[in-house]
Amino acid sequence: MAFDYSWLIGGPQGSGVDTAANIFSRVGAKLGYHVFGKREYHSNIKGLHSYFVVRLSDKKIRSNINGANIMVAYDAETLVRHGLDIIKDGAIIYDASIVNTTVDQIPTLEAVHKARLLKFFNSKNMEPNVSSILDLAKENGVKVYPISFRDILSNIANELNSPELSRMVRLFNVLGVSFSLGILKAPIEPLLEAIEDTFSKKPSIVDLNKKAANFSYNYASAKFSDFNSSISKIDKESNTLLVQGHQGSALGKIVCGCRFQSYYPITPASDESEFLETHEILQVKEDRPGSTTIVQTEDEISAIGMAVGASLTGVRSATSTSGPGFSLMAETLGWAGINETPVVITLFQRSGPSTGLPTRQGQDDLLFAINAGHGEFPRIVYASGDVEDSFYDTCKCFNFADIFQVPVIHILDKFIASSVVTCKRFEPDLISIDRGKLLEKIDGDYKRFAHSPDGISPRSKLGLENGVFWNTGDESDEYGHISEDPVNRIQMMDKRQTKVEQMLSLIPKDDQAVAYGKLDICIVSWGSPKGPILDAIEMHRNEGHEIGFIDIKLLHPFPTNYIKSMLKDSSIIIDIEANMTGQLASLIRENLLRDPDYYVLKYTGRPMTCIEIFDSLKKILEKKSEKKQVLTYGD
Amino acid sequence: MAIKLGDYKTQVHNDWCPGCGDFGIVNAIQMSLTEMEIPRHKAAIFSGIGCSGKTSHFINVYGIHTLHGRVLTFAQGAKIANPEMTIIAAGGDGDGLGIGAGHFVAAGRRNVNMTYIIFDNAVYGLTKGQASPTLKLGEQTKSLPNPNPNYNVNPIALAISSGFTFVARSYSYDVRQLKDLITAAIKHQGLSFIDVLQPCPTYNDLYTRDWFAGIDQVNEETKKPTPRIYNLAETDYDPVVHYSTTDELNEKLSQALVKSLEWGDKIPTGIFYKNELITPYTKRITDKIPNYLENPAAKQKISKNGKPTTDISKLLDSLRV
Repeated sequence: MAFDYSWLIGGPQGSGVDTAANIFSRVGAKLGYHVFGKREYHSNIKGLHSYFVVRLSDKKIRSNINGANIMVAYDAETLVRHGLDIIKDGAIIYDASIVNTTVDQIPTLEAVHKARLLKFFNSKNMEPNVSSILDLAKENGVKVYPISFRDILSNIANELNSPELSRMVRLFNVLGVSFSLGILKAPIEPLLEAIEDTFSKKPSIVDLNKKAANFSYNYASAKFSDFNSSISKIDKESNTLLVQGHQGSALGKIVCGCRFQSYYPITPASDESEFLETHEILQVKEDRPGSTTIVQTEDEISAIGMAVGASLTGVRSATSTSGPGFSLMAETLGWAGINETPVVITLFQRSGPSTGLPTRQGQDDLLFAINAGHGEFPRIVYASGDVEDSFYDTCKCFNFADIFQVPVIHILDKFIASSVVTCKRFEPDLISIDRGKLLEKIDGDYKRFAHSPDGISPRSKLGLENGVFWNTGDESDEYGHISEDPVNRIQMMDKRQTKVEQMLSLIPKDDQAVAYGKLDICIVSWGSPKGPILDAIEMHRNEGHEIGFIDIKLLHPFPTNYIKSMLKDSSIIIDIEANMTGQLASLIRENLLRDPDYYVLKYTGRPMTCIEIFDSLKKILEKKSEKKQVLTYGD
Repeated sequence: MAIKLGDYKTQVHNDWCPGCGDFGIVNAIQMSLTEMEIPRHKAAIFSGIGCSGKTSHFINVYGIHTLHGRVLTFAQGAKIANPEMTIIAAGGDGDGLGIGAGHFVAAGRRNVNMTYIIFDNAVYGLTKGQASPTLKLGEQTKSLPNPNPNYNVNPIALAISSGFTFVARSYSYDVRQLKDLITAAIKHQGLSFIDVLQPCPTYNDLYTRDWFAGIDQVNEETKKPTPRIYNLAETDYDPVVHYSTTDELNEKLSQALVKSLEWGDKIPTGIFYKNELITPYTKRITDKIPNYLENPAAKQKISKNGKPTTDISKLLDSLRV
C-alpha cells in the first residue's frame, strides 16, 4: 500500500520549529521518500505561532494534504490551532505542562480566533482548554502522548552528567523530531546523520544533539509502543536533492551567469540574495574563480537602479523583491523598457495589498507585473510553478532578457520560497546561455538603437572600444539622444513593439505553456498552484476521472493563439489561482474572449492543498459547484 | 594621436538658456577628461533629470540620462560591475538633495570610487522655477508665489556627515578651478562630491552672477566689488585627513562642517574635506572577493559555446540526500 504520511510541528516563533522540520525533512529524504514541506509563520521575530508540515510519500508529491498524521506541539496554541486536524490513527505528542491551559491563557492567539474557539467549545458544551481538544482528538481516533520536555532534558543532563544541559531548551527541536521517529519505529541512523548534516558548522553541539536524539528516541519508542504506524527505509531514487524554495532561482542565477544582484531586505525574497552572497565566490571550469557581486541597497528604487546600471556594462544583472518593493521599482522598469536594457526582476509574491499578509502566500501581483510603469513598452512576465522549474526558468529568463533586450519579471511566490522539497538533481548541462545581440567588438559608427527588421539592435556595453552610446528616459533617436520628432516617435515605438511578435514566435511553445492530460475538462492556472493541481488531478485519475491542466508560464505577452488552440475543444475551463479576482482569468477573457466556466480561488494567505483542489474539482464534476468556489483551508 | 578637447564634444544642440551656469560645468568636465586623456569608451557620464540631466548628451563619452533622483543608483551599479570605468554622476540640487536625498546619504556610506557633481542653483529650472532644496528659508525667487517655507539643505555638511570622502565646492564661472577640482575628484580613491554653485539666469534672481561677483559690496577704497567667492586653497585651510586617529578625523570633520556654514558676504570654494584613509567600496569587496578587481562582473566569462562555465557541482553535492 502507498505510504503517504504528514508530520506537523508547531510552537512559538524562534523556538526551533524550523530546525526540527529541516532535520525531519532530511530524515524523510534519507529514508528514501519524496518530501514536500511548507513553513507558515507570522510577521514576527519571537513568540507568535509558527508551524511546519512535512509530507513524506513513496510517490512523487508536490503539495500538502489537509491535516497531518503526527503532530508535535511545543505549546498550547499549536494544540488548539491544529489538534483537530490530526487524522484518525495519528498521534499528538505534546508538552505535558500545557494540558490545563485555557484558550484565554494563550496571549498570542488573536481575539477573533479566540472568539471562534469559544463559540466552538460552547456548542460542544466543553471547557475551552487544551484538555478538551485532546479529548476530541481521541474521539477522532488519535493517540495522545504527553511528554514533559523539561523532564526529558533533565534526564539527559543527568545521564550525561552535565547539569547545565537541563536549561538548554534549544534541544527541544531535536527532542520533538526524535520522539516522532521513535513512535514511528524509524531506523535511527538517518536521524543521527541528519543531525550531523544540520549542525555541520557547529561540531561542538553535534555530539550533544545526537545523544539527546538517542535518549528521546528510545524513550518514546519504549513508552508509546502502542502506536500502530511505522516508517521504514525504502529504495531511494538516485540523484535526489533536498532543496529549500529560494535555492532554485539562486542556483539558476549562479549557473546562468548572473553576476550582479542588488536587493533591499523583504520577506520572502531576501533568503535568495543571502544564499547568493553566502556563495559569492564561484568555481568556473578552466578559469580563475568568478564571483557574484551582491549589494544590499537603501531601498528597492536603488536596487533596480543598480541592477540596470550593472546591466549597461554587459553583465547579467538581477534584483529580487516582493510586491511592496516591486511597486517602488515601477518607474525604473519603464526606463529599462525604453532603453532596451536587459534586467531580471525576481518577484517573490506575497499577499497584498500594501503590507497585506507579509509572510503569507498570494498570487495577486500578476496584473500589476504586466502593467507596472507608465507608458507602453515591451516586457516579459514569466512564472514558475515549483522549485525545480524555478531553477531552469531562471536561466530562460536571463536568455529572454538578453535576446529581446527587455526587462523580465520572473514571478515566484511565498509558497515556493518557504517550501522544502526533494527533487531530481538540477542538471546544468540542460542550460543554454544566449546573450542575443550583445557585441564584443565594434568597428565604425555605432547606433545603439539602430533600426532593424526584428526591432532588436546590436547592443554595446560600457567599456567597449568604439561602442559609446547614449541612453535616456526621453524618447530618443538611433544614437540614444533625446528626440521629440513625431516621425521618429512612431518609428521607435514601433521598433520596440516589434519585439512582442518576436517573443511569441521565438520563445518555444513548451516554454510558453505546459499541458497535462486530456484537455476536455481543463484547468488553467499559473505559478505555484501547479503542485496541488497536479496532485489533485492524479487523485481524480485514480478514481477514473480525467481532468486536464494547462500551466501558463508566459503570462506576458500572452500566448493567445497557442492557448486558444489548446483550449479549442475544451468543454469546461476551470480557472485556479491564489487571488480574489481571478487575474489569469481576466487575461483569458481579454485575449481569448472566453470566460472560464468555473473559478477556484484562494486568498486566505495560505497555500492550496491537493485535497481542497480535489474536493472543488469533484463538485464541478458532479455539477454541484457554483461558478466561483473560494478555498479556505489552513491556519 | 593625442585626444583633443573637441573629441569630447557631441553634435547635440545645447538648449540651455543663454548665460546658464551649466555651460561652465560641461566645459570643465570636458577639459578634465582631456587633461586626463581618458579614452572615450572608458568614461561614462550618468545624469539625472532637469536641465542638468541633459549634460550626458553633450559629452562624447557614454552618456546615461537616468531618472529623477536616481542617478547615483545607476552610476554605482555600473561602477561596481565594471570598476575600470571612470564614472561621473551629475544632476541638479533638486534631483540629488530633494527626490534623491536617500540615495545621496546611502552613496556616502558606500564610498564607491566615482565622482558626483551637483549643479546647485536653488531652483527647479525646467519646471519653471519652484524652490529647490538649497534655497534658504524665507527666500523668494522670482517665480515663487510666496517665500520658501522650508529650511535649506547644506550639501557640503550633508555629504560630510554621510561618509563622502572628498567634498568640494566650486563656482560654474570659475571653470579653471572647477576643472582642477573635477580632476582631483576623479583621481580620489572613494566617492567624491562637488557642489557647483551655478546661477540660473532665468529663475533665480537672488543668486545671480552679479551677486556672486559682489557688485552690491563695493570696496570703499578701490571702488571695486568684493567677490563673495574665495578659494580655500589660497588660505591655510588643510582639508586632508592625514592620520587614522579619531582626533585627526574629528578635527577635520568639524572644521569642514564649520566651514560649510560660511555663507553670505564670503563663500568658500575648493576642497572642504578629503579622506583616503576610509576604505573605498572596492576594498570592502576585495576583502571578501580577493580577485574582484582583476575579474569583476563585467570581465567574467559565463559561457563557452552557449553552455555555462560556472561549476555548481559542489553546491549541488551539498544539497544531496
